[in-house]
Amino acid sequence: MNGLVGELARMLGGEPVVLAQRDDSVVVRVGDLVAKAHAADTDQAGLDARLAVASTLPGVLLPPVRQRRPGWVRGRRVTLWPYGEPVGSGDPEAAPWAEAGRLLARLHSVPLDSLPGTPPPMRGPAKVARALQRLGAVAQDTSSAVVRRAAAGLPGWARGQGTPPDRDVLVHGDLHLGQLVRVPPGQWRLIDVDDLGVGDPAWDLARPAAWYATGLLAPELWVRLLTAYQDTGGPAVPPRGEDPWPVLDVPARALTVQSAALSVVRARREGRPLDEVDQALVAACERIAGLTSGAPTRHARKVRTPPSG
Amino acid sequence: MQCPKCHGLMQTYNRSGVQIEQCGGCRGIFLDYGELEALTQLESQWVQQPPPPAAPPAYPAAPAAPAWGAVHSGHRGHHHRSFGRMLFSS
Repeated sequence: MNGLVGELARMLGGEPVVLAQRDDSVVVRVGDLVAKAHAADTDQAGLDARLAVASTLPGVLLPPVRQRRPGWVRGRRVTLWPYGEPVGSGDPEAAPWAEAGRLLARLHSVPLDSLPGTPPPMRGPAKVARALQRLGAVAQDTSSAVVRRAAAGLPGWARGQGTPPDRDVLVHGDLHLGQLVRVPPGQWRLIDVDDLGVGDPAWDLARPAAWYATGLLAPELWVRLLTAYQDTGGPAVPPRGEDPWPVLDVPARALTVQSAALSVVRARREGRPLDEVDQALVAACERIAGLTSGAPTRHARKVRTPPSG
Repeated sequence: MQCPKCHGLMQTYNRSGVQIEQCGGCRGIFLDYGELEALTQLESQWVQQPPPPAAPPAYPAAPAAPAWGAVHSGHRGHHHRSFGRMLFSS
């Protein structure tokens, strides 16, 4: 990986700052430019379609820097981007929740036939399946059993088995606070097109919805994002005032299962007990499993109002 | 005017739009025609007044949550801050 960072820095011609380094990708900044080395197994045609979409929606997605020809480093495709100021990680209160809701609503409202090409199908359910596979590969214990029980109560299509309900909406596919940058200054844009796809837009909203249901996101911050999405005409959920959970429940449960599975795997890999966040995710899986195991209905539709505080 | 009981001097007071005469000596009250009814009406209006509207909650309405949703303590701040890393990862 360090060799890869060095080569990216040489490509940009300067002293590199590593912005992100994961198992499958590396993002390096030099001055105003950012280079991303995509995963070695990236679907190249899919990435080309996604980059083309990002180039046509500059008010929503950060457009890539044009390259005369695709860049490659050590067998990995490299894309170039302008640097944008990220969300500060210190204070969730100060994060641009409403802006995230508005950007999602605008992305979800893009007519597919206005795009230069169609990106691949959304990979939400496939990523849930992959997380469960990784969980299955580590030694089994009580936590992993709880996560698997929560997964068992999901409709098959939500964990990659079978065909999901047909929805043709442009979706981001991996929304979190690290996916917003301020560029040009003062204006937020969505970044990271690796999971951009066509599918059910509820899966984009379901990530913050899952944080809220898990107890990781304060109700008022969730409401800030949700109402901004609704007020911008986002098509995933009914308008403001109506209950969004009949739409959000399945994908939010699926993403909670996915996050819990990956948390348990990560804790195991790092040889440490589950931390506060991991425990909150496993506890949410326990509540999900309690609702769906043995219950005749597969979809939990009951609405519970938490005490306002 | 003079008090019909003790002949003390009566003074006129205005109470909620109703004029009443009270004697400075024996504190007796003299009501003109219709003034008792006016006072009774005012009293009943005061009793029937709806209770003041409840203070609006700090937060318009608790947002809908799924059946498996966590109970939020309402004490936001420090503990949500420590959850920050989750909000920045896939």
